[in-house]
Amino acid sequence: MAAVQDGPMELDTEKETKPEILSDGTSKLSGNAASGTLSSSPLTAGGAPKQEDQQTLIAVLQFLRRNKLSESVEILRREAGLEDQEDSQTLDGSGGGKGDRDGGEANSLLSRVSITSAAAPQIILSTSVTNEQLDVSVVLSAYSQQGDPSLYQVYYSGLKNFIESVLDCHRAELSQLFYPLFVHMYLELVYNNHENEAKAFFEKFGGDQECYYQDDLRVLCGLTKKEHLKGNEVLLDFRTSRFVLRISRDSYQLLKRHLQERHNNQIWNIIQEHLYIDIFDGMPRSKSQIDSMSGSFAGEARREVNKVKVFHGLLKEPEIEVPLDDEEDEAENEEGKPKKKKTKKDSMGSKSKKQDPNAPQQNRIPLPELKDSDKLDKIMYMKESTKRIRLGPENLPSICFYSFLNAYQGLTAVDFTDDSSLLAGGFADSTVRIWSVTPKKLRKVKSAGELNLIDKESDDVLERIMDEKTASESKILCGHSGPVYSVSFSPDRNYLLSSSEDGTVRLWSLQTFTCLVGYKGHNYPVWDTHFSPFGYYFVSGGHDRVARLWATDHYQPLRIFAGHLADVTCTRFHPNSNYVATGSTDRTIRLWDVLNGNCVRIFTGHKGPVHSLAFSPNGKFLASGSTDGRVLLWDIGHGLMIGELKGHTDTIYALKFSRDGEILASGSMDNTVRLWDSTKAFDDVETDDFTAATGHIHLPDNSQELLLGTYHSKSTPVTHLHFTRRNLLLAAGGYSSQ
Amino acid sequence: MKSKVGYLEREERRFAEVPRESIKLMAESTGVELSEEVAALLAEDVCYRLREATQNSSQFMRHAKRRKLSVEDFNRALRWSNTETVCGYGAQDALPFRPLKEGELFFVEDREINLVELALATNIPKGCAETMVRVHVSYLDGKGNLEPQGTVPTAVQSLSEDLLKYYQQITRAILGEDPHLMKVKSVSHDLDQLNRLLHMVKSLVQNPYLYLGSYVRSLVSSVMYCILEPLAASINPLNDHWTLRDYAALLLSHIFWTHGDLVSGLYHQILLSLQKVLSDPVRPLCSHYGAVVGLHALGWKAVERVLYPHLPAYWANLQAVLDDYSVSNAQVKADGHKVYGAILVAVERLLKMKALSLTLAAGGGSAGLPGTTTGAVGFRENSPGLSPPPEPLSEPPLGIASHLQAGGAGCQWEEWTPVSLPAMYCELYSFFGDSLAVRFSTDPPLGGAPSSRSCQPLEGRKEPASGAPNLENTRKMPQLTASMNISPRQDGSPRMEPQPPSLAATVPGRSLARSSSSSSSVSRSRSSSSRPGRSTSQSRDIFPKARFPLPQAGPPAFSFIIGGRQMGRRCQGRRFQTSFTPTPPLNTLPPRAYAHKLPVIGRVSKPVRRWTCSHYSLHLPL
Repeated sequence: MAAVQDGPMELDTEKETKPEILSDGTSKLSGNAASGTLSSSPLTAGGAPKQEDQQTLIAVLQFLRRNKLSESVEILRREAGLEDQEDSQTLDGSGGGKGDRDGGEANSLLSRVSITSAAAPQIILSTSVTNEQLDVSVVLSAYSQQGDPSLYQVYYSGLKNFIESVLDCHRAELSQLFYPLFVHMYLELVYNNHENEAKAFFEKFGGDQECYYQDDLRVLCGLTKKEHLKGNEVLLDFRTSRFVLRISRDSYQLLKRHLQERHNNQIWNIIQEHLYIDIFDGMPRSKSQIDSMSGSFAGEARREVNKVKVFHGLLKEPEIEVPLDDEEDEAENEEGKPKKKKTKKDSMGSKSKKQDPNAPQQNRIPLPELKDSDKLDKIMYMKESTKRIRLGPENLPSICFYSFLNAYQGLTAVDFTDDSSLLAGGFADSTVRIWSVTPKKLRKVKSAGELNLIDKESDDVLERIMDEKTASESKILCGHSGPVYSVSFSPDRNYLLSSSEDGTVRLWSLQTFTCLVGYKGHNYPVWDTHFSPFGYYFVSGGHDRVARLWATDHYQPLRIFAGHLADVTCTRFHPNSNYVATGSTDRTIRLWDVLNGNCVRIFTGHKGPVHSLAFSPNGKFLASGSTDGRVLLWDIGHGLMIGELKGHTDTIYALKFSRDGEILASGSMDNTVRLWDSTKAFDDVETDDFTAATGHIHLPDNSQELLLGTYHSKSTPVTHLHFTRRNLLLAAGGYSSQ
Repeated sequence: MKSKVGYLEREERRFAEVPRESIKLMAESTGVELSEEVAALLAEDVCYRLREATQNSSQFMRHAKRRKLSVEDFNRALRWSNTETVCGYGAQDALPFRPLKEGELFFVEDREINLVELALATNIPKGCAETMVRVHVSYLDGKGNLEPQGTVPTAVQSLSEDLLKYYQQITRAILGEDPHLMKVKSVSHDLDQLNRLLHMVKSLVQNPYLYLGSYVRSLVSSVMYCILEPLAASINPLNDHWTLRDYAALLLSHIFWTHGDLVSGLYHQILLSLQKVLSDPVRPLCSHYGAVVGLHALGWKAVERVLYPHLPAYWANLQAVLDDYSVSNAQVKADGHKVYGAILVAVERLLKMKALSLTLAAGGGSAGLPGTTTGAVGFRENSPGLSPPPEPLSEPPLGIASHLQAGGAGCQWEEWTPVSLPAMYCELYSFFGDSLAVRFSTDPPLGGAPSSRSCQPLEGRKEPASGAPNLENTRKMPQLTASMNISPRQDGSPRMEPQPPSLAATVPGRSLARSSSSSSSVSRSRSSSSRPGRSTSQSRDIFPKARFPLPQAGPPAFSFIIGGRQMGRRCQGRRFQTSFTPTPPLNTLPPRAYAHKLPVIGRVSKPVRRWTCSHYSLHLPL
């Protein structure tokens, strides 16, 4: 445990240093130092009553004292009277520490993590306080009050009969109650040591639940002892977060009347305490509408959390100055001059002139300045894009498959550079391997001594610094001490990130092929990491249920995105780098604002852990794939699900839009790549009136029409997909002989 | 992980449970006494923790983008929850899961590894092949070979999708990655593969819903391959390819039994090929062995027509092998013994069946040999409830004779004439000596005979006079009666044997049943069959003389040597039986001891049940 303690302590200091960190970059970010710790769950209120605040503080102080975190106690006391912001800072640090202490007691990974996340909301007392998190002891005893255990079945079946007897239009909505009620009643029984009643209850009603809750039910049915509750994540999720249901006002009234008539206090209490019913005016939703949105750990997202404005437009392309012309001349000698000029105008003019109304301010997030080499690369990009193939349903991309042979099932992650020149693979044996996909070999920079001998003024100094002796097709990077779960190239191809089971993210130089930094902070397996499209920033997410935003030159995270109820399995940067999307085992996708760390979107609807995410190139849409074999499409601006692509039979590990966004490619464990007509998918929905306040849309069941093709690999699961700048689709995966 | 052994699958809960008995057992093994309640509580908690660990480990599997949960995943989950990991189960490849036919038992094979050998091994395994990336354009412009991976033979392409999957599973299960179902040759180095293949063939054949059609031919050819070919696996003497051949032969007969209509044309071909192998001295002994067991499996008539006429010629070769005592020959000699054993078994059955058929014919038509009639009657009286098993007399439903007759011209069986049973016995006896006699009476125990047999094993031999009536009462085995009728002992023993009492013991009162006609037929047959034996005698003479002391030197009890009577004529029989005669307290020896004394002749690899048969045979007072 001692080792684990270090993390949070660093976190403490990190909070203090953060303002400076940001200020050296720019001024914009520094204002929100505390936002690294964010609102976890949907915010209920802008400001909690002062009294409640006080009460919470006392509870936290008690807890800290009990755990002998005297330093934190003192800090908290000293600053208790001060402004909210400082409060939250200190609390954050202590919160982290507390989480770890708890873990030590429970002696289990999951309990540690879950309590950390449970504690996380407490950190941000200033912004949101939810009632059930007031005091740890309150939380833990939430189930203590209860009625006659033998009557639980009667209560439940009473409600069941009622719901089955109501009108069809209400039945579907009210049926949503079954699952959360069932779980809470069961847990109450278990918590109060009514093991046999609990078992009988489960046996009787467990089969009624929706099929997409099967995984959770399986966990639940193993829980029969109060002792088991202590370390179980599912249970903690249920306690610490309210299950959100969306019900129309009519249906809700019906339910309320019924419960009051019957004096069914038991159920009413549960609804009051553990459920959050999001009431809307208007037509009750249909069964299919409900089914498409439900399935996550904690119900649907509250409507208001998805109301925040999201700047999903793209940033203005940087103006590329005169020297470029020369460069381009040189580079494009073989091509005729007039043609070149025209293309340049096209590509530049169209993008820079018109500012997207949805785009964030150019400097909303401080971005690194372009270096000469970046500019060169931009030019290359533009040239390539003129040769890009226009894809469409009639014009499908060619697919190249990169098979990893002799990987012995060890291939866990793949990434291509944007220009498709390098290929990196992460392996279960803790190594990262890099291959050059082009004939150009990989070379190291010479050692310092040799570099001294080089004539720095010579024109080909960049060529001279490379050590010819080290040229090879592939390089191996060793440093991790556990399977590498993801790799990500920096846009400038100078760096590579890798995240591993050992709890670290490492930054590798592709000049020297050595490790530059190990970013510690997750303390638990880091499932995914991803570079910002502009470099410098990157995001990582792991088993500790938080995603972290880092800058390559800081060894502490700049933001901590907390709120997921289970592991963060995948992370992606929005093309404008202002937002980060995370997918999780809790079957939700969240969109976070990099600027202030707020959660601005919660997407529910997946029925299994989300394992892949992809933003459309225009930044408007998000695609997500999960273990249930479905791809869901989301409209970021409106916060709506706009499509469901069914066809895969196994987990989808790779998603990618083509360069122009017309085609979505998905790669899965079922050894297939499927191409989808994304233009059609987006258009079909846009014709609907989906700005309607309810946000309830009918999903057209048109997967078969949208599916443009299914392509089989040779017993190779598809781990990664990548569109080259000319829209050639590259797929990669490890050949498995079984 | 021993607890896993105790798992109980309970359908209604859909997860495994550890019974409290296992918990108690484990606690006891570490020296802790647990009360019932404690064990129950612990069991429940263990279940829960195991489930929790399994759930956590599945996360590691998913992120490693695998479908199969590995031991490593489980250990990672354990490590992250501060639990000691379980070592020793981290093998990369799946452990072979073996069935044990007898007990419907399935187990994971856990081979012992010789650490010393492994450590001192000079051939250090080469490193695994380097991980590499290969690129290929799979689909040009979204079009390409839309044919799913793992090209399927055209024959199965017409199957429905489900069946296709089934087929792929099957082929994968049996041949690993090799999709060519019938390609035995590619796996001839791997006995396991071959075994699996044969099992698969068996289940194919047994599947009543499957019409194999012309596939039977290829199946048969595969099986024949397993029977006859000098497999690569045979090179290593440690590989038990004998069992494979036995099994394949069994399978062959099975195919003929069940699919006779489909393979009728093949029967003749197979006989021919078996014969060819047998008559080809260049072939290794294991091929000969295969030929013999193959013939045996095809029924006694096949043995009679192919093996029996070939025996004299073949015998010479075999004898040469068996008599070579040089060290370099040891392995070949062992193989030779195998062949010898196989021939013995085949011939024994031939005789038995022939005798039975004769007796039945005699009984049925009441016009058989006078000598055998009584035996047949006796048989009927004594075992009324036991109709002769359907298998022995019947033969593959395709009528051997017709096929043989219709067989290719120039075939030597064209002029084959059935040899009378006594003649055959004489002939065979001349090769096998008393070992044939021993084996000959080893029928599967009929009726209540076994108990009575075993209770009076050897006394009869010592005191023939008292033993005789006993035997007469207890044993009215028709086969024996028949055997006595044709046995040459009556004539031979007075001449050659210094001490006939044993003869009296073995042939106690049965001379009563013997008719003069039968004995005359014996002598006739002997003279007729003497030629081939003689031709081989040169090579054989060296061997027995070198090995055995003169029979006269033995004690009176030594009289048991039956085969010795033929010594003077041409061949003494395989007189290895004599090796145990000098041990005087014969009666005290447990029957098993004989088995040990017998030279190893092709019996080792036989299934257990056979062992018990031969075991019984040693009880028999002869």
